[in-house]
Amino acid sequence: MEMNQYLDIFLDESREHLQSINENLLELEKDPTNLSIVNEIFRSAHTLKGMSATMGYEDLAKLTHKMENVLDGIRNNKIKVTSNLLDIVFQSIDDLEAMVGSISSGGDGKRDVHEIVRLLAEIENGGVVAREEIAATAEATISNLQYDEYEITVLQESKEQGFEIVELKVELSTNCLLKAARSYMVFETLEQNGEVIKSNPTVEKIEEEQFANFFFVTYITKNNIEEIKQKLLNISEIENVEFTNVDLDSLISSRNVDQNDSSEESKVTEETNANEEIAKENSEKDAQIKEQSSKTKTTQQNTKTIRVNIERLDILMNLFEELVIDRGRLEQLSRELNHGELQETVERMTRVSSDLQNIILNMRMIPIDTVFNRFPRMVRQLAKDLNKKIDLQIIGAETELDRTVIDEIGDPLVHLIRNALDHGIEKPEIRVQKGKPETGTVELNAYHSGNHVFIEVKEDGAGISSEKILDKAISKKVITKQAASSLTEQQIFDLIFASGFSTAEKISDVSGRGVGLDVVKSKIEALGGSVTVTSELGRGTTFSIQLPLTLSIISVMLVELQDEKYAIPLSSIIETAYVKKSDILSAHNQKVIDFRGKVVPLLFLNDLFNVPNSEGQVEDGYSIVIVRKGEKLAGLVVDSFIGQQEIVLKSLGNYLTNVFAISGATILGDGQVALIIDCNALIK
Amino acid sequence: MIAQEEKVIVFELNNEEYCIPVKFVKSIEKIQYITRVPKVEPFVKGVINLRGVVTPIIDLRLRFDFPELPFNDQTRIIIVSINEKEVGFIVDSANDVLDVQQSQIESAPEVVGEIERDYIKGVAKLDKRLLILLDLENILDSSFGTNTNV
Repeated sequence: MEMNQYLDIFLDESREHLQSINENLLELEKDPTNLSIVNEIFRSAHTLKGMSATMGYEDLAKLTHKMENVLDGIRNNKIKVTSNLLDIVFQSIDDLEAMVGSISSGGDGKRDVHEIVRLLAEIENGGVVAREEIAATAEATISNLQYDEYEITVLQESKEQGFEIVELKVELSTNCLLKAARSYMVFETLEQNGEVIKSNPTVEKIEEEQFANFFFVTYITKNNIEEIKQKLLNISEIENVEFTNVDLDSLISSRNVDQNDSSEESKVTEETNANEEIAKENSEKDAQIKEQSSKTKTTQQNTKTIRVNIERLDILMNLFEELVIDRGRLEQLSRELNHGELQETVERMTRVSSDLQNIILNMRMIPIDTVFNRFPRMVRQLAKDLNKKIDLQIIGAETELDRTVIDEIGDPLVHLIRNALDHGIEKPEIRVQKGKPETGTVELNAYHSGNHVFIEVKEDGAGISSEKILDKAISKKVITKQAASSLTEQQIFDLIFASGFSTAEKISDVSGRGVGLDVVKSKIEALGGSVTVTSELGRGTTFSIQLPLTLSIISVMLVELQDEKYAIPLSSIIETAYVKKSDILSAHNQKVIDFRGKVVPLLFLNDLFNVPNSEGQVEDGYSIVIVRKGEKLAGLVVDSFIGQQEIVLKSLGNYLTNVFAISGATILGDGQVALIIDCNALIK
Repeated sequence: MIAQEEKVIVFELNNEEYCIPVKFVKSIEKIQYITRVPKVEPFVKGVINLRGVVTPIIDLRLRFDFPELPFNDQTRIIIVSINEKEVGFIVDSANDVLDVQQSQIESAPEVVGEIERDYIKGVAKLDKRLLILLDLENILDSSFGTNTNV
């Protein structure tokens, strides 16, 4: 079907809306009286309903519609927010997610929603007499435009001047994608031939696409109305245009009636102007949100965004990388030529391209929040299932990561959090016995350090017993008894990542379904990261994931080892130093230096990399680059420093994988390849 | 696997003629600066900058345990791409492109020259020439015949 081309957009947007509903529901649970949150949810649900109905997914639309009714009840203070109610709404969100999931995997999005619809209807009816279906308004042909005094005066004057006054109903085709653009073209055409007095919904709302597939316009013109209608119909995706002449006298009288009378009449208008109502609610809500804007982050929808295929960004990135290599070449040339004007130009170019580089890199970065935001919901449900009390704390959700990493990191994190809840945190009564607070804390913490991002899953649960791990590992033949005796504490903990190892004594529904931590580990390692675990018996366990930012352009320090050039990422470098031979000490066969009060081991890169020795140099000191991995330091001994440079990270290809202490390569300005040293591999 | 008639690139190595199908060959380059990569198998000479792509270079002489020769004007790097691996082979010289008929190819005898059989797909007899058809997949599979532990 031709709908297919919109399917991706539909799916993307549906997911966004569901996510935002999810988040807001959680907010609402914390603050049940905050109506602005309800409004936000309502708006998402409403859009979702409209979209799914347009795409022909009836079950989806039906369920959303019911949900919307319940929300409406809450909004109008007719239904009280209770935990029970939220459970049902959450459940319906689950159903909706499942339906969207089914659609995205090629299914028809059908699902038996009777039960949940019934539950929702019960809530709804328990609260208020069911409202008439808003959908009925779609059939409305009368605009019920309301005019204020000023507008009526304008209309009267226009009429006296010989203008014809009409009300137009413009209907867009149901699968119209660019509603705002089409409406804009309608207004353009209208303005060329006359003047638009009023529209319903308002022009602003139309521009924001906050209307169904039709809108009303009050319009004055001296031209032939049939011609204008024809012109409007020529605009693509305009389904139908109807016009009615406005009878000014009845307008004036109805206005008076309107002012005097209220109940019945306004009830009708309220329903027929469903759009305007929402618009009004929205503007009210906007005002409310402005007041508490510091609290809610949901106004992001106002920023204008476009969707760009990630492939295009990749192409842009590749092209830019080429540019950076050429820039390096230019810089080198201009230095050699020592030409003033050339140097100035190159410097300017360098500055501009660094700005460009930042922008391009940032385009690919998205906050890790997009992964984290589904966890509160998950933890809430799991805690209920497991009868545990859990407080999930999320820190650093704004930490940004490359899109490709974000896409992959979700599953491993889900696994770790499930583990933390199931095996980590004890049952409340046991916690009380142990003298811990009844509610367990799970902390999800993301932060940048160097050119890595760290994500920690930390809980204050039972902790892991290293003896238990050893027993298990030996019984599962992951390790032999002899080998086990020589392991350090850390090495023992690392055993739980070995394949064929599962610490859970019984397999529960939540975790331990055969997928072990080894899967987590391999997934993270596939992303170029690493995962470690630390645990204190009785105090809790921390899983720490280290991930590369996958910045493809990094700053490095170029160094020379004999004739070979190597690059050391600036992010791992603390400083460079020159150390006299006499200052080098020896400890346990390891050469060390005293660096600002710390003992730092020295690594002689020449030996480490087997650099062919051209001549036996006799120097009375060493050039040293102090690098770090976490808390640990090391001094890399090099022959000389070349300088700092921006380089493009290139992989060594699929043939050379796992080269010792080399994380990649780059192409220097002169066309030579230089290898990038992986400091993390050097520091043990 | 092999079509009725296949174009192959013929190159020389240790005074014998070898060939690989043209479809795997991306280009033939003259010898250029090779950046050494530490702690890899000795036959991996390093990496080169091949028009912006970092490409590993294997010295086929060393891969097959032939004596190493200094590079000269005839030395070529044949860039091949197979199974998403892209590498360059250093050969003594590359001089011919030939059509080889399926019927001309015989399976590899137990011992051909000095190369282990794993690396050979077959032998093609053309007039008086004997071309050894290499098995690229096995040559690039590091689990074959690597005697160096890093």
